[in-house]
Amino acid sequence: MDSIIAWFNDFKADFILNFVDQQRWKFITTGLKNTLVITLLSLILGVFLGIIIAIVRSSYDKTYDEMRGGVKKFLFSLANGICRLYLTVIRGTPVVVQLMIMYYIIFASSRNSLMVAVIAFGINSGAYVAEIVRSGIMSIDAGQFEAGRSLGFDYKSTMIYIVLPQAFKNVLPALANEFIVLLKETSVAGYVTIRDLTMGGNIIRAATYSAFLPLIAVALIYLVLVIFFSKLVNILERRLRRSER
Amino acid sequence: MKDNVLIKVNGLKKHYNGGVVKALDGIDAQISRGEVVVVIGPSGSGKSTFLRSLNLLEVPTEGEIIFDGTNIADPRTNINLHRQKMGMVFQHFNLFPNMTILRNMTIAPMKLLKKSKEEAEKYAMELLEKVGLADRANAYPSQLSGGQKQRVAIVRALCMMPDVLLFDEPTSALDPEMVGEVLEVMKSLAKDGMTMVVVTHEMGFAREVADRVIFMDEGVIVEEGTPEKIFSSPESDRLKNFLAKVL
Repeated sequence: MDSIIAWFNDFKADFILNFVDQQRWKFITTGLKNTLVITLLSLILGVFLGIIIAIVRSSYDKTYDEMRGGVKKFLFSLANGICRLYLTVIRGTPVVVQLMIMYYIIFASSRNSLMVAVIAFGINSGAYVAEIVRSGIMSIDAGQFEAGRSLGFDYKSTMIYIVLPQAFKNVLPALANEFIVLLKETSVAGYVTIRDLTMGGNIIRAATYSAFLPLIAVALIYLVLVIFFSKLVNILERRLRRSER
Repeated sequence: MKDNVLIKVNGLKKHYNGGVVKALDGIDAQISRGEVVVVIGPSGSGKSTFLRSLNLLEVPTEGEIIFDGTNIADPRTNINLHRQKMGMVFQHFNLFPNMTILRNMTIAPMKLLKKSKEEAEKYAMELLEKVGLADRANAYPSQLSGGQKQRVAIVRALCMMPDVLLFDEPTSALDPEMVGEVLEVMKSLAKDGMTMVVVTHEMGFAREVADRVIFMDEGVIVEEGTPEKIFSSPESDRLKNFLAKVL
């Protein structure tokens, strides 16, 4: 019994040292806020980039044979080439390296590290989202496309009204997964001096020389976030599926 | 007075792989307003390609398709506008699975003809009433049988008030007991004076409803004429051969 009380007292002291003294909990909350801001903003950027690239890539694959040549075909080929290069480079290099290139080279003159991180993570995520969305578009039966066209919709409207809503529904689980991966990937933001959640824990650890509580607390917060967002997506998914039964 | 010829096809060719495969090899045909033309032929004869060329789902390699006075095979034509006037019914229905029956039918009139929701829905309900599916208006395609889906697909095409309906083997994907209900709808359309081009294996339908039957083989029209002539006194050996197999 005594040992439990002793352990509890130790824990309490440790807790106070790590989180309460000098308001160290603020490192965690500000960190959490920064992590969420980076994740959400880069997700928006990533989805935006991803959808555009997916549409260029899949439209190119779908219509290349039927294009009648000329400037339009050349521009389209060029756009497709740029997209493929982007996918290769982004997926072929680690996100930490991309982040540091953005911060120390491309935006070296900017001190707004948060925005640089949003751009770096957004561009990184866009590559993965693009492939997810493209697989979604390709998974839609060609007959859906033809039905849209036969009613008189042009290519763009068929995409918007008929193909993309169905594709989105099919790729929602994969997109949710990408979001969760992104949330955890932002933990490297500390490399460019951003005080995100992980960095917050690290600062506390460096100040108190106590590793256990700050790291476990950080891990728990990530875990809770991931569980929460997974649940949210499950609900959305179920709601979208319901329409088909 | 409007020209009585609705679609005129001149020297239509569709080649694949730079001319190695000749799906269509010079088709001349015309379809008049109010006419029901049934296209028959063995599989691989090019009949589906021909039908799909009429609204440019297959882009022809060569030739003209004059629809209502405009050559729609010309790349400068805005094909989307002309497709609004050419309804199409597919073998596999191709209803939009994420939309209700009513939405399937109203999305194109609302977005393309700029009809109001009320107006589009009113017309859609009238059509559903006609094919006996008004009570399924708010169902989703997956809740319908094959025959019901195809009837919806037909009225979806009708919602755009097309000048012609193209049917690409509309009963081939159906269970036998559902073929009848779809053919009934098509017959009543024919009776109402709808211009129809039908690719089908239903010889009974061709005999009963068609004004004219076109027999295709190997990418060309081998023989055409009234159902009596085609079915009772075929001239070419290829047609005789084909009829011996299917009748």
